[in-house]
Amino acid sequence: MSQKILLTSKEVTIILNRLACQLIEKHLDFSNTVLIGLQPRGKYLAQRIQQILETEYQIKNISLGFLDITFFRDDFRRGDKPLEANKTQIDFLVENKKVVFIDDVLYTGRSINAALTAIQSFGRPIEVELLTLIDRRFSRHLPIQPDYRGRQVDAINGEKVKVCWQEKEGEDAVYLIKE
Amino acid sequence: MKELSVNHLLGIKYLVKEDIDLIFETADHFKEVINRPIKKVPSLRDITIANIFFENSTRTKLSFELAQKRLSADVISFSAAQSSVKKGETLIDTVNNILSMKVDMVVMRHANPGAAYFLSQNVNASIVNAGDGAHEHPTQALLDSFSIREKLGEVAGKKIVIVGDILHSRVALSNIYALQMQGAEVKVCGPKTLIPKYIESLGVTIEPNLRKALEWCDVANMLRVQNERMDVNYFPSTREYAQQYGVDKALLDSLNKEIIIMHPGPINRGVEITSDVADSQQSVILDQVENGVAIRMAVIYLLASKIKQ
Repeated sequence: MSQKILLTSKEVTIILNRLACQLIEKHLDFSNTVLIGLQPRGKYLAQRIQQILETEYQIKNISLGFLDITFFRDDFRRGDKPLEANKTQIDFLVENKKVVFIDDVLYTGRSINAALTAIQSFGRPIEVELLTLIDRRFSRHLPIQPDYRGRQVDAINGEKVKVCWQEKEGEDAVYLIKE
Repeated sequence: MKELSVNHLLGIKYLVKEDIDLIFETADHFKEVINRPIKKVPSLRDITIANIFFENSTRTKLSFELAQKRLSADVISFSAAQSSVKKGETLIDTVNNILSMKVDMVVMRHANPGAAYFLSQNVNASIVNAGDGAHEHPTQALLDSFSIREKLGEVAGKKIVIVGDILHSRVALSNIYALQMQGAEVKVCGPKTLIPKYIESLGVTIEPNLRKALEWCDVANMLRVQNERMDVNYFPSTREYAQQYGVDKALLDSLNKEIIIMHPGPINRGVEITSDVADSQQSVILDQVENGVAIRMAVIYLLASKIKQ
């Protein structure tokens, strides 16, 4: 197994700030926008983005929720391992809101497909967008593309992209891991 | 990744502590799901479940059906009164006929102890025991413990008294297994005639005096007197039973602490508990019903994830 660094801590910081600015460009004061981090790993990115919007750009009261898609996945009973659920924490309705899904890596697009179904349990959003830190190009199974992307990566199927966060792994970094 | 150690839910006796923990963690997620505006998830859209009830049931049957539908499973239900069982068909034949219609899971209630176990040995489907005679009623015990955990934070170290007709109760046996597995202390309380002879071999103690039992416990699980299973008189009269083993508001208020009142339903109001107790702040009877759906969703989801495609 070998690993190559794709993004350093400094690069991650720059990218997160850019993504936050791109969100402001579209959503201004976020009065009708909600951020939804996809469990388990999109949660950290969503919290970071919210933190940047609050501290750097003084946009307060942004609605942030976390959506778990386990029960909506299309591979139930198809893998060797059972699916393990995480906590969904959305204490608002998304009816007529602009929803921004936030996830760390966009790969096959199946998680996003499940998330699109799952979010309907909380109302009918007026619009749904997707923000990802890493976009694994050429590996999509479904016609899903990000609206905001941090970095596009060409990785073959045997490779894995690992996103590390300060609060979880002790550093901000993105690695490409070859098995 | 965690999964259940069993392929069927036949009784609490066959589970390990980790199974109960996993069921509770999963039920926590489903409880959140059933409080959403849209209370349904598509996980089990390719699973078909048969609910076979050879004995009467309202709550359990509805609860199972609702749990299955909230998981998007296809559901067929029947009760013995309308079936060919009346025409003399055997249990295995009935179930195999249903299974040949490509059913993946069977939820069964039967008057004979061991019926679910027997079925699991003889047919090729995942079996959930929804009550087998006076033997076990595992999902009821799970939802009871889940309700205690929700109310008191944890089950370990808590004192629970089961009051009433222990002899005919599958709820009592499953509860004793489940509570002890989680580290709770259990007493039973009731007329001598309704307490099984060897109950102490399960590690529970008998407290014949209701007041003493209530003063000792954190939670009182009041069982229904199962008149339908009584072939002889086990106590002189319902009135006398209610006087000695029924809980009323005056008794509850006279205790030196606030205990939790549970009841698996259906309640005989005025016998096991009076109406003002059943409807009081200390009663969690309706929470138990809500938790029942979440627990059954968790059990079905976890068992279904073990059915290979």
